[in-house]
Amino acid sequence: MTDPILSLNNLKAGYGQTEILHDLSIYVDPNEIVAIIGPNGAGKSTAMKAVLGLLNIREGNVTLNGDDITDTPAAQVVRLGISYVPQTQNVFVNLSVQENLEMGAWTRPEGIPERLAEMYELFPDLAEKRNQAAGSLSGGQRQMVAMAKALMVDAKILLLDEPTAGLSPKYRGEIFATIQKIKSTGVPILIVEQNAKQALGVADRGYVLVDGANRHTGTGAELLADREIARMFLGGGH
Amino acid sequence: MWDAFGFEFVNFYLIPGLVLGCIYALGAIGITLTFGILRFANFAHGEMMMMGGYLTWTIMAIVTALFGLTLHPLVAMVPATAVVIFLFLLTDKYFYKPFRKEDTIKVVMASFGMMLIIRSAVQAIWGPNQLKFVSGIAKPNEILRDVSGSIDLMLLVPNKHIWIFLGTIVIVIALSYLLNKTRIGKAMRAVSDSPDLAHVTGIDVDQVIRATWIVGGICAMAAGVFLAMDIQLLETTMGFRMLLPMFAAAILGGIGKPYGAVFGGLVIGLAEELSAYPWIGDTPLLSPGYKTGVAFAIMVIMLIVRPQGLFKGRSF
Repeated sequence: MTDPILSLNNLKAGYGQTEILHDLSIYVDPNEIVAIIGPNGAGKSTAMKAVLGLLNIREGNVTLNGDDITDTPAAQVVRLGISYVPQTQNVFVNLSVQENLEMGAWTRPEGIPERLAEMYELFPDLAEKRNQAAGSLSGGQRQMVAMAKALMVDAKILLLDEPTAGLSPKYRGEIFATIQKIKSTGVPILIVEQNAKQALGVADRGYVLVDGANRHTGTGAELLADREIARMFLGGGH
Repeated sequence: MWDAFGFEFVNFYLIPGLVLGCIYALGAIGITLTFGILRFANFAHGEMMMMGGYLTWTIMAIVTALFGLTLHPLVAMVPATAVVIFLFLLTDKYFYKPFRKEDTIKVVMASFGMMLIIRSAVQAIWGPNQLKFVSGIAKPNEILRDVSGSIDLMLLVPNKHIWIFLGTIVIVIALSYLLNKTRIGKAMRAVSDSPDLAHVTGIDVDQVIRATWIVGGICAMAAGVFLAMDIQLLETTMGFRMLLPMFAAAILGGIGKPYGAVFGGLVIGLAEELSAYPWIGDTPLLSPGYKTGVAFAIMVIMLIVRPQGLFKGRSF
């Protein structure tokens, strides 16, 4: 059996003295899309910050390909191959699209022009806007820039924090389609989502978080079919 | 009054205004970069300028004593710049860095302390009295003077001012190349945009901070030496006197916006000089003693009306 790419094991963590994650365990295998869903304040985004070394971890650990990376600072985590797209302020608004991608490649030693070309292929909309300031783009396009920027390195895993928050349904569909395209390039994805239905639709597996701990785990389809989950998050479900 | 308008206006108000504007602009670049990237108002910036002037003077004096040569300040400025940058990086590492994770106000206060330290050190080393930076009367450039044969259209621009204009243009072009075309320059803009995102993008923020001190240091050096060339003397309060107009320029242009700082510097410099022109009647509109008040007024009005500045910088 191979190690999971990323694994959070029995985490107890929080900001300063406040504990937000009480007993959280999540793993992502190669070639998987894993979704974390749950109500507001369940600690979904906090779980992601634990990976990035932005939290005070009291117990448990985080591993990347079996190596312990608990408490590694964010800048170092990126070098290890974990690419993170924050929920908001995830592009440099005063830099052009291309400059954003170049910054994403900061830790990449070589092959930047080739990677840029690949990204413009994966995100064709961005190619024609490459010289525009990222701040002048629509929310959905910004999200695309943020994802392309994160993929400029050879990411071992991509972390997406609520990539569709505040987007129109049209863009939401596009983002989820892109996420599947990214998976097909061989990059596993851990995604935190408010839009549980769509997220579970593309996810191989999902975790339902309540009060900083796992409540349910299963494949995307299983969770979608679960009545209790449907009632809690998906609206309706009788 | 209107017959006096023309070259008296150009020679005695417009050109000095532009010269002062260039000096403010170069100083304001450093202030705005420090504010944008390191996120604090650096009160010691004016003293860095002043110290640059003193070091340049010292190098000129050493060369004169050893070789009997009179070095042009712009040449002596080069080794002096290296020394000042070294000191900038040293103070950052041992003085500012420990404060970096603390509240901004602590770093601001620390820079206030640094300002007093530098000024006292300069007074201790070079003495509290004025020093002659360049001697002699600055004669107007003859080529420019003779462009027009008419005495009413005679351009009177001393060489020192031509050097200041050219130097400023070269530095601003180099800065624009750096910020837009080089990897480290783009990273400086990125960190100014969002330090948190820069961190999680893997950008080496410490390297960007060092680059900021180097760029700000070069601009401060140039501003200090240009100021000393213009007034032809050195005094330990010359940097502090520049501080308010430079902050006014940075705020006018928008905090964190280097081009805004250049524009703001020129506007403040011109406004200060032109406010003393006899626009109405025969006496200066404002007594030259109130020049600094003009910069202050512009700063206060900007902070009330448009705190983000003309070029949409960060607001307080």
